Amino acid sequence: MRTLGHDPARFVAALLGADAPPPPELRGAAANGRFEIYRNNVAAGLVRALATRFPATERLVGGAFFAAMAEAFIRRHPPRSPLLMTYGEAFPVFLHGYAPAKDLPYLPDVARLEVARGQAYHAADADALPPAAFAAVSVEKIGDLRLRLHPSVIVLRSAHPVFAIWSAQQQAAPPLLVSPWRAEDTLVHRSGESVAVEPLAPGEAAFLLALQNGESLADAAVTAMEEAQGFSAEGALTRIVLSGLASGMLAG
Amino acid sequence: MSSRRLTAAAGVGFKPQHFEAIREARPGIGFFEVHAENYLGAGGPPLMRLEALRSWYELSIHGVGLSIGGVERPDSAHLVRLRHLCDRFQPGSFSEHLAWSGHGGLYLNDLLPVPLTSESLNRVAAHVAEAQDRLGRSILIENPVTYLTFEESTIPEPAFLAELCRRTGCGLLLDVANIFVSATNLGVAAQDLLLQYPLGAVGEVHLAGHEASTDRLGHPVLIDTHGSAVPAEVWDLFEILLGARGPLPALIEWDNDVPDWPTLASEAETAGRSIGAAHAHRRQLLAMPMGSAGWKEAAT
Repeated sequence: MRTLGHDPARFVAALLGADAPPPPELRGAAANGRFEIYRNNVAAGLVRALATRFPATERLVGGAFFAAMAEAFIRRHPPRSPLLMTYGEAFPVFLHGYAPAKDLPYLPDVARLEVARGQAYHAADADALPPAAFAAVSVEKIGDLRLRLHPSVIVLRSAHPVFAIWSAQQQAAPPLLVSPWRAEDTLVHRSGESVAVEPLAPGEAAFLLALQNGESLADAAVTAMEEAQGFSAEGALTRIVLSGLASGMLAG
Repeated sequence: MSSRRLTAAAGVGFKPQHFEAIREARPGIGFFEVHAENYLGAGGPPLMRLEALRSWYELSIHGVGLSIGGVERPDSAHLVRLRHLCDRFQPGSFSEHLAWSGHGGLYLNDLLPVPLTSESLNRVAAHVAEAQDRLGRSILIENPVTYLTFEESTIPEPAFLAELCRRTGCGLLLDVANIFVSATNLGVAAQDLLLQYPLGAVGEVHLAGHEASTDRLGHPVLIDTHGSAVPAEVWDLFEILLGARGPLPALIEWDNDVPDWPTLASEAETAGRSIGAAHAHRRQLLAMPMGSAGWKEAAT
C-alpha cells in the first residue's frame, strides 16, 4: 500500500480550521488525538500574542469574548510574518465588521490605538531635537521650518473619545463613565523606554499630520486653524519641543 | 565562515522583566539566549536592552521563524534580517529547529513536525546549507519535541540529525527535555534515545520543564510547556549527557509562567554545578597518564 505523503498546505488548513479533520498522512490512530496539541498550540499562541498587543481591547470585552474574537480573526487573517510584533495590524479593520461587537462602535479605534502603541515601541531610534535647536532659528525663519517628526510619532483621529476610554481601561474603569462623549485625537510616541499616549487639543492632530506630510510650520498652522479656530500654534510647538517629537529639521 | 562557540557554562533564556535584576546584580551567568524574532524591530527598548546585555554577557540567538524543516526554501528577507542581527550582536551561537513554522506565505507560530525521509533530508540539508551560507556562520539545529509521526517517515530522528550535521557541518542543539518528552510520548526509554543522537556534534543543551496531559483520545501525553522547573528525570539525562560528552553550554528555558529572577538563577546554578563537575572530571583525566589504572577508572 502506498503511504500518503505530507502536504503542508493541507496540514496548515487542518491547523487553522477548528473542525477540519487531522491530516491523513499521520501514522496511527493515536496521532489524530495528538494533532490536536499542535492545533491548540497554534490557536493559544496567537490568541496570547493578540491579548498581549490589545490589553485594553481585551478588558473592554472580557477574556472569553476576546478569545472568540481573536480566534475568528486568526482564521481570517493568519500571520504572514514570523515577526509577531507586527501581528494584528488588521485587527481594527476586522473588528469593524465583527457582528458580535457591533454594540461597541468605539472598539476598532481602541484597537487602532493599541496597534499604534506597538508600532511606536518598536519604531526606529532617533535623537530628539533639543530645545536649543529651535532657539537657534530666527523668528522670521521659523514659519518656513519643516520638521522631521520622530519615527515613533503616530497621530490617531477618532470619532469616539478613544483616549478617555483607553485611559479608563488603565484603571479598569467602565467606558460608560467617560464624559463628555466626543471625538478625540490622540498622540502616541515613544518617551524613553515606554510609550506615551496623550490627548491632543483641537487642531493639533491636523498640525502634526501636516508636518509629517512635509508642510512648513506656517502651512501646517494654517491647515490646523482652518479645522479648529482655537488652535494655538505656540502651544503645539511647545509640545513638539518639550516632548521631543521632532528628530530633525528638513532643508528648505 | 565563523565557527564561534558558546563557553561550556550555564545560560538562561532572557526575559525583559528580569533586566533590572540582571543589571543591578550582574549574576555569574555563562550566557543569555534570546529568540531572534523578538529583536527584529527597527529600534526601541528591546534592542537597547539587548545591547546592554551583550556588553555584559555572551549571547545565544535562537530562531523560531526560519521554517528550516519546511518544504519551501527559507525566506530570503528573513535571512537578511537574521544576518543583520547576528552581525550586530555577534552571538556565540545561532540556532534553529528541525521543524517548520510557515507555508504558502502564512506563519503559524509553532514548531511543526517534519516527515523524516531521504527526500526531506536532502531538502533540510539544502536549507541548512543555505542558511549557514547567508548567515556566514555555522548554526546549531535543535531536536524538536515529538507528539506524532508520519506514515512516510523512514529515518529515526537521531540518525536524521546525525546525517544533517555530517552533510552540512551544522551542530546539534540537544534539547534534553524534548528527548524526555518525545521518548515518553513514543513509548521508548529516554536514556536509550539520548544515546542515539550524534553527541559529538552537540554545541548547546536545552533544559526545561514539561506538563503531563491527556490527548483528545484520552491517552497520556507530555507537553513541552517550558513553564516549570527542570524535573529530576531531565537532570538525570543531562548528567548522562555530560558523562558521555564532557562539559557543554546548557540553557535553562522557561518561557511560560516565568518565575522571578532568583528562581531562574537557582536553576542555572544547578546546571552550572553539573557542568563544573564535568570540567573538574576532564581536568582530572588530563592530569593523569593516559592508560594508567586511575585514568581507566576515572574515564569509565
